Amino acid sequence: MSNNVNDWLNDHGDYLYRFALARLKDTHQAEDAVQETMLAAIKNNSFEGDSSIRTWLTGILKHKIIDMQRKLIREQPVSDIIDLDATDESMDDFFDKTGHWLDKPQFFDMPDHALEQSQFLSVLDACMQKLPKKLKAIFMFRHVHEMENENICKELDITPTNAWVMLYRARMGLRKCLEMNWVKG
Amino acid sequence: MLTCKQASQLISQSLDHPLSWYELMQLRLHLMMCGACNRFKKQLNILLIGLRKIRTNIENNSAIQLPLDAKTRIVEKLKSNQHSQ
Repeated sequence: MSNNVNDWLNDHGDYLYRFALARLKDTHQAEDAVQETMLAAIKNNSFEGDSSIRTWLTGILKHKIIDMQRKLIREQPVSDIIDLDATDESMDDFFDKTGHWLDKPQFFDMPDHALEQSQFLSVLDACMQKLPKKLKAIFMFRHVHEMENENICKELDITPTNAWVMLYRARMGLRKCLEMNWVKG
Repeated sequence: MLTCKQASQLISQSLDHPLSWYELMQLRLHLMMCGACNRFKKQLNILLIGLRKIRTNIENNSAIQLPLDAKTRIVEKLKSNQHSQ
């Protein structure tokens, strides 16, 4: 085996693992993602030296993570993932007939204090995990894997309208959950 | 004049693509007068900043390392892959 790969694993393995863990939230999946990345890196050595090795490996890893996410989604029936009923009318839960907020959004901010901040972030994380399956999938693609809407539509085979309605609902749900579980009093 | 519902939809869409000039003007006008929608916009921003922070906290935490057994497994896998080629 070329020494390169061993070096890569030694120098960047921990970082790649953390990068994967931050997105997949599962140690086994994160290990698998690093392994797949290393295999792809030796198989298809396209490193051209115009970026750092770490940037190059992270680029491969990003694709592997999205592949894994895609597989998880594909294992579920399509009807569980895509909200085909996502129409304008289905977004009325938060507003009255005249389009006014039923419950006005409350003010909250990111706490400065480290302990408080970590509490805030764990509430946020828990709220994201609690999103309905359909909304969680698209929300993760958009805001954890930071994919563009156009690619998300291809990935999930949905229309742009469907995508924005689902994203809107996910964001509305998440901010409501945060408000209920974080804002005190 | 936009309703809060319409304004919230535009605020959400602005996270995905730039709004048209007309949409932007309508939204600005609404936000000048509506505290609730301003707080909503702020909430979404905090939410996205928070999600990014959750990731960078893990990425920068050098205490989290690729477990040794996983490392060994990956090295073995790379070796056997090399031989089979």
